[in-house]
Amino acid sequence: MKERNAWKWPLYAALSVLYLLHNDLWLWYDATLVFGLPVGLVYHVGFAVATGVVLTLLVLKAWPDHLDHEAGGEGGH
Amino acid sequence: MTTLAIIVAYLVIVLAIGLFSHRFFKGTSEDFFVAARTLGPFILLVSLFGANMTAFTVLGSAGEAYMEGIGVFALMASSSGLVIPTVFYFVGPRVWALGKRRGYLTPVQFFRERWGSDGLGLLLFVVQIALLVPYLLIGVMGGGSTLTQVTGGEVPGWVGGLVICVVVLAYVTYGGMRGTVWVNVFQTAVLLALGFIAFWVIVNKLGGLEAAMGRVAATHPDLLIRGEHIEPWKLLTYTCIPLSVGMFPHMFIHWLTARSAASFKPTIAFYPVCIAIVWIPGVVLGVLARADLPDLGAAGANSVLVKMIDLHAPGVLAGLLAAGVFAAIMSSFDSQVHAAGTMFTQDIVRHYGFHDRMSESRQIMVGRIFTVAILIFTYLLSLVVDRSIFKLGVWCFTGFAALFPVVVAAIFWKRSTKWGALASTLTVAVLWIYFVSHGWKSADYTLGGTGIMPVAAILLASTAAMIIGSLLTRPPGAETLEKFFPAEAGRA
Repeated sequence: MKERNAWKWPLYAALSVLYLLHNDLWLWYDATLVFGLPVGLVYHVGFAVATGVVLTLLVLKAWPDHLDHEAGGEGGH
Repeated sequence: MTTLAIIVAYLVIVLAIGLFSHRFFKGTSEDFFVAARTLGPFILLVSLFGANMTAFTVLGSAGEAYMEGIGVFALMASSSGLVIPTVFYFVGPRVWALGKRRGYLTPVQFFRERWGSDGLGLLLFVVQIALLVPYLLIGVMGGGSTLTQVTGGEVPGWVGGLVICVVVLAYVTYGGMRGTVWVNVFQTAVLLALGFIAFWVIVNKLGGLEAAMGRVAATHPDLLIRGEHIEPWKLLTYTCIPLSVGMFPHMFIHWLTARSAASFKPTIAFYPVCIAIVWIPGVVLGVLARADLPDLGAAGANSVLVKMIDLHAPGVLAGLLAAGVFAAIMSSFDSQVHAAGTMFTQDIVRHYGFHDRMSESRQIMVGRIFTVAILIFTYLLSLVVDRSIFKLGVWCFTGFAALFPVVVAAIFWKRSTKWGALASTLTVAVLWIYFVSHGWKSADYTLGGTGIMPVAAILLASTAAMIIGSLLTRPPGAETLEKFFPAEAGRA
């Protein structure tokens, strides 16, 4: 459990950094082509992959395991 | 003729899958409304993804890119790829756990019990259904206009809308949530494959990606950058829009279908890449179209993908495109219709008519009746409303997103009260009406022309209303806290 807690906050911080990196002001007027695509588009495709990596780490290393135990079932409705 | 044959074949397959799913129906209301909470990781990923894709993903993405350039991908796709799975991570499994423990089938059941208020539940029911209706209409009307476009005007719009309603009616009323999910798996596969095929064929016909993009760079270099098309403030504040998944009733009900909290893991991990796979072809083809078809204007932009296929790969590919659009429309439309039917059955008929005591078979019967009624109502309405409903649809995202503090407070904030939730919901309703009336005439309305989206302002106000309204009123009792925060209550 300690190991998972150790991962949790750095990964939350990584999500926040991704949120900031989404605003790529430095590429706003850059029309360079990379692999035949504009660099502003390539950056955001890479951004989507990086987001996938952080989220994968999040579900592997900082998953709220207690939820499956808590879901037991009380039959409220 | 080929196009129509492919569309008919596609719809027959969809119908067959939906009807076949009934063989696994267990005859319980829990099975009909939330597939007996049995969906495993892969099915949950595909069905959740499909339920969140609309016709806009296929046609609108290309149309927007045609007008505004590559910035559309950052604005709508990569932002969704970050925000939506993050909402799934923090909210989805927690809603699922509460839903399983307390037996919830709808979001209103949860909110009503969380804050012990029938009035608040009814208000949220009205707001959620009111914001959902334009979506339903867009699905029916989008299907109709797509069929008209791909058949060169041979099939009128009302036929396409009718076909969608009839097919969805058959498998949602017969198969319930299980039918909806099975069909969504197939439709999402079609959607993912279609973009790749259309991209591959057209780009090859254009002489390869580098050559085609080079032509755009020569004639419309502004489309290869954000430039003046998108303001930095808009890129920043547009990230509020995908928060809407936290309050979409059809997404909420889909979360309840999971077998376990762990079933959410692949959905969260793979969602950003799935979004990219679906959006890249549309955005790139929309930009490339500007060199081939420079004079479509804003009105013709939404049909740019159809026109590109007509120009470079008519016949089979045009049929596949239509099938892909139908897949995108129906995979969200069926979930929305099913959610509306579930809410009317559980939140109105069962709660008010039967005081929450209603036999399993009667719940299923009422669910089916409401599904049919909603489809008939939506179809008839689609024949009389004008196309400005599409504009209203865009605003509905704003409304659902601005309600996000309600679900966050319900799950994470023990001190939140029904008065805070009520203040937050009413703040959204009032500000939403204000901004819609002010922004209606401008397709690109932002606050004072700064680029700041109205959703950011409404979200801030609804968060403040939730906090102030809760802090000024009496805290919830120990019984409520034990019911909804058992871990914390146990530790205390």
